[in-house]
Amino acid sequence: MLDNLKIVFHQGKQFIPDITTSIIPGIFRGRPIISREKVDEDDLMALCPTDAISGNPVSIDLGKCTFCGECAMRYPEKITFTKDYKISTNVPERLIIREGEDKSVEVDPERVRKEIHRVLGRSLKLRQISAGGDNSCEIELNSSNNVQFDMSRFGIDFVASPRHADGIVITGPITKNMAEAVQICYDATPDPKIIVLVGTDAISGGLFADSPAIDRSFLEKYPVDLYIPGNPTHPLTIVNGLLDLTRKLK
Amino acid sequence: MNYIRIKNSQTILLSDIPESNYESFYDMNLELVTGHIERHCVNYFGYKSGNNVKLICCIADDSTHDILVSTCLVNKAHSLESFTAKQLCFEKFEREIHENFGVNFPDHPWLKPVRYAFNRDDKSQTIANYPFFSIDSEELHEVGVGPIHAGIIEPGHFRFICNGEQILHLEIQLGYQHRGIEQLFIEKKKLLQRATLAENITGDTVVGHSTTFAHTWESLCGFEAAGDIEFSRTLALELERIAIHVSDLAGACTDIAYQLGSSVFGRLRSPIVNFLQEWCGSRLAKGIIRPGRNKFPFTQALADRLTQVLDKFEPEFIEMSDKLFILPSALSRFEHTGIVSNADAVSIGAVGMTARMTNLNRDIRTSHPFSLYPDIHHVSILKRHGDVYSRVQIRKEEIKQSLVYIRKLISEVPVQISKDKELNTPKPNSFCLSLVEGWRGEICHCALTDKKGELMFYKIKDPSFHNWMALALSVRNNEISDFPICNKSFNFSYSGHDL
Repeated sequence: MLDNLKIVFHQGKQFIPDITTSIIPGIFRGRPIISREKVDEDDLMALCPTDAISGNPVSIDLGKCTFCGECAMRYPEKITFTKDYKISTNVPERLIIREGEDKSVEVDPERVRKEIHRVLGRSLKLRQISAGGDNSCEIELNSSNNVQFDMSRFGIDFVASPRHADGIVITGPITKNMAEAVQICYDATPDPKIIVLVGTDAISGGLFADSPAIDRSFLEKYPVDLYIPGNPTHPLTIVNGLLDLTRKLK
Repeated sequence: MNYIRIKNSQTILLSDIPESNYESFYDMNLELVTGHIERHCVNYFGYKSGNNVKLICCIADDSTHDILVSTCLVNKAHSLESFTAKQLCFEKFEREIHENFGVNFPDHPWLKPVRYAFNRDDKSQTIANYPFFSIDSEELHEVGVGPIHAGIIEPGHFRFICNGEQILHLEIQLGYQHRGIEQLFIEKKKLLQRATLAENITGDTVVGHSTTFAHTWESLCGFEAAGDIEFSRTLALELERIAIHVSDLAGACTDIAYQLGSSVFGRLRSPIVNFLQEWCGSRLAKGIIRPGRNKFPFTQALADRLTQVLDKFEPEFIEMSDKLFILPSALSRFEHTGIVSNADAVSIGAVGMTARMTNLNRDIRTSHPFSLYPDIHHVSILKRHGDVYSRVQIRKEEIKQSLVYIRKLISEVPVQISKDKELNTPKPNSFCLSLVEGWRGEICHCALTDKKGELMFYKIKDPSFHNWMALALSVRNNEISDFPICNKSFNFSYSGHDL
């Protein structure tokens, strides 16, 4: 008994008190800023492994970006990655960061379905589906509920059955072999329900976008409620994204 | 003998691999592994060569530190005698060859689909129609789990045949994660794309797989990585080992409903992964390893920071693990649960931790050393019982060992001497095989180039490929309620298997 108390005492305070303003130590590649500096745009675009960079004017699509940071290393005067981890949105166009802009990526409350705030605003239960995910976003989704990030303090939890869930969270590019299971799981979730995509692979297919082994037709059928970019996504991005979707006021 | 001896990460001409007819190829490779515990198959695969299939078999010899490579040309019209009928360790490899190219092995005992690859030979077979083993009986019942599981983990289907609460048989069906990654290695031409693909093979072994790719690629290009590059790789590998092992201990505690252990080990992963992020910007070390480059040089300031992190981590880890390993309620769930015998581990060709928990010493860090491991003089940690307890013990002791190695490594931070420069193009008509010991075990990548030096074929083997069978064996005669702890104590990769 005393041993247990000693261990608990030695842990000290682990939780992050304010998860919306916490600062990430060290290097972190969050929302990029693109300056108006002139650089060799063709070389810049050719550098990107997932064609996330477009030219004239230069922009980066966070839905495709793998956050490897190679562009910022070669053209530091053109591209810098800030530590801003709040990069989730419900509007796909907002994932595109344009030259000369420095504004945060946000959820647009006008475009959130009205029942989401009312029904899911204080309690959100989610069913996660890994559909070709590489287990990195899955690890970070698990971390979102560890004693530090402690997402369940906001009433957001992952549940075992889609019958108990208010929505599904998809990681991975959706493989052909998982396509049917994703559909069945979605159908089993009661209305009103949301779809959340976590990670580059889920949002755009990433490096796997043109692989013949994937099947993204599911995403053409239903509206996506939230995009949470990252490779893998940082827990702070996940928690803040889900909070913004369900609680941000108009 | 009709094979060539090569070293880990050595590039040879494809034409240097001696080719023989199937009969002598069969006899020779079987003879190499039969009765020789120091030899095991690290990779056996086929690739299309015109209308034929070229097979390449790679047997690692731990005593001489060589890899014995041989090849053989076969046609799918002919039926072949299977290695598996004599040696079970070839089971998965032959199934894969059968699935991808239609080569038939009539005497293979279990010639079932492996992952339903998009380019499989017989497209009429689909993942919804997997031929499960079943027993017709009034007393027995079947339990199907997956592909989607209760927690946040990857998909796979487990089919149990149970007698009451007791598991008689478990069959594991995988393939749901198949993304066609080996084909993408050939189609994506930029080096950065390939390095990123290597990181995405399985996101829990980012450093392991990307180091294996880097070694393969550098060897093909004739580039010798300097000490500072290999320093970063060795250090990152050991940090990755600690991070995953400690979160697996948390998982084991969760599965026996020990809340304190689950929370404390779970949070102890954070300082390690947060340090990785301070070093390279990613908690899972994505972007840290690149062929031919030291992308994020390890500085003295980082070494001081890491020392601080470890000084805090170590006593907290030891305090918690000391408590766990004397807790009767935990030990009674760990001991004698999910046993795999040494003989079974040998017969299925188990590698890595799965082998070492049964006293089978398979560890690439000692048998085919790479990076800075020759200087570390690594001694593998072995356990004898093959149960959950052995597996959690190995994790605890390997964490302690890695802490010692890391402290030794960072006591002398190398000066950065590597300059970023373009690598040469890979040598034409070549073959290279690289082995790296990731936290799960041996990772093997093989690359073949064509006459222009373009990548022609890329073969990835995650340790989980052989090892999944160990899980199926371990749960026999256990209660079905012990399945989660058995599964977590192995923690195999789905995406690494399905590719």
